[in-house]
Amino acid sequence: MRNSSAIAHAKPRGLLGGSFSTVGRGALDLITEIGAAGLLLWRILLAMRKLPRSMPLLIEQMRRIGVESLPLVMITSIFTGAVTAVQAAYQLKEFVPKIYLGTAIYKSVVIELGPVLTALVVGGRVSASIAAELGTMRVTEQIDAMDAMAIEPVRYLVMPRMLAGLIMLPILTVFADVLAIGGGFVVANLSLDVSPKTFIAGMKLFFFAHDVLGGLFKAFVFGGIIALMGCTAGLRTVGGAVGVGRAATRAVVASCVLILVSDYVLATLLFKVIFGE
Amino acid sequence: MESRAVIRIEDVWKSFGDHQVLRGVTLSVRNAETLVVLGPSGCGKSVLLKHIIGLMRPDRGSIVVEGKDVTRISQAELNKLRMNFGMVFQGAALFDSMTVGQNVGLPLREHRLLKGAELDRLVDEKLEMVGLSGTHHLWPSEISGGMKKRVALARAIALDPDVILYDEPTTGLDPVMAEQINWLIRDTQHKLNATSIVVTHDLHSACFTGDRVALMDDGKIAFEGTTDELRTTENEAVQNFVARGHIPLPGESRKRGECDLDEPF
Repeated sequence: MRNSSAIAHAKPRGLLGGSFSTVGRGALDLITEIGAAGLLLWRILLAMRKLPRSMPLLIEQMRRIGVESLPLVMITSIFTGAVTAVQAAYQLKEFVPKIYLGTAIYKSVVIELGPVLTALVVGGRVSASIAAELGTMRVTEQIDAMDAMAIEPVRYLVMPRMLAGLIMLPILTVFADVLAIGGGFVVANLSLDVSPKTFIAGMKLFFFAHDVLGGLFKAFVFGGIIALMGCTAGLRTVGGAVGVGRAATRAVVASCVLILVSDYVLATLLFKVIFGE
Repeated sequence: MESRAVIRIEDVWKSFGDHQVLRGVTLSVRNAETLVVLGPSGCGKSVLLKHIIGLMRPDRGSIVVEGKDVTRISQAELNKLRMNFGMVFQGAALFDSMTVGQNVGLPLREHRLLKGAELDRLVDEKLEMVGLSGTHHLWPSEISGGMKKRVALARAIALDPDVILYDEPTTGLDPVMAEQINWLIRDTQHKLNATSIVVTHDLHSACFTGDRVALMDDGKIAFEGTTDELRTTENEAVQNFVARGHIPLPGESRKRGECDLDEPF
């Protein structure tokens, strides 16, 4: 017969109880992952003094993270710009003059959509790929082998990926911004009856350089988050193929959550506190 | 001849969660000898090996290598010490994004010891030592398990280390290939005069490659002695292990401790 103590300590049962414990465990895992990422970030900073030795590795990672992500970013941004034009036109119709369509598209793309959507699609692709690669290296003892040869994995594997993320995300975002505005421009001309002259005049109307710079700074931070969370999940991989799969999932989840949370923090900091005056 | 100990492991304890793997291991490795750490799978042999090279830190105890306690030194000092070590991992642990030649040359390239034609020449030399001349352009995915182990050995000896660690060198290989690796270990020992530690559960390999044998049982060293002493001991742990193992019978082609180093493999 179960006594009251046993009942008090019984695990929650049923769909609802199970869901709560899954959410709780997921949140705890995410916090642990972020803590590990913080420690890894400190080790990356310490390894930075050996950057010149890692230049060829950095260039290779810039190619893999940046250049190879370009087709995905191009498709995403062209259609994002196009759909922004359609949606903005629909919402502004009969209330706002057509000239403001250019303003709305330019502002929403450079401040928010360009950096965030680029980070989310690149984050999905790159952080999973980094986590799977380093995770496989971890479970097949390749990282131990590197350590045993006195080659620091943080310097050889992590730092080049982190720097490549920091450098390439703003560059990809520039492409995304141009293509998204271009997509919006084409749709505005062809199907929304907004002339090129009106669209460009709208863009110029409230053009501020700090909008672009703020967006690119966000992309810089997102690039660091993507690489760091990919590397953290990869290095913490345990087990075999299942462990590698879990690492890739953890990397994508952590990257996406942190990108969205830091987007809010950075938006408040940049556009309310710093540029808000 | 009694030589000085280059590695002293004293009262090392290690647990993973609730699982106590090492329970006070004490062991000495002498200069230029081949010590075999024998024991059943999962007894903590590989964990002990990883402690020696600083890949794991013990919960308690000390590991003194060339006068320095690897459990207490800084990362920079540990890296300096690791330059004198070579390790052959259980699964070979070759970098699959690099060719065989790049794998062997990596430590030399990264520590900026050699480059260009000189590096290529040394890589070829090391590959020749393990019987794999002309394979530098192949990828790890293109070679067999036995070849991978040999490339791993070539990589481990690239820096001409004083100490070579072998983690289950014959595991997962067919008997012919395992025998080739055993010969290679002896041959390498003969050529480099390095101190070697071989971790294995293969009794034949242990007797063939080792000067001395330490048997691990239940996270401790249950027996330590020469290969001949292993054969004659009444030690209960040895008897238990041998009863479950496959000790070569007297008169078998290669008796324990009677190895002809000049015989080709």
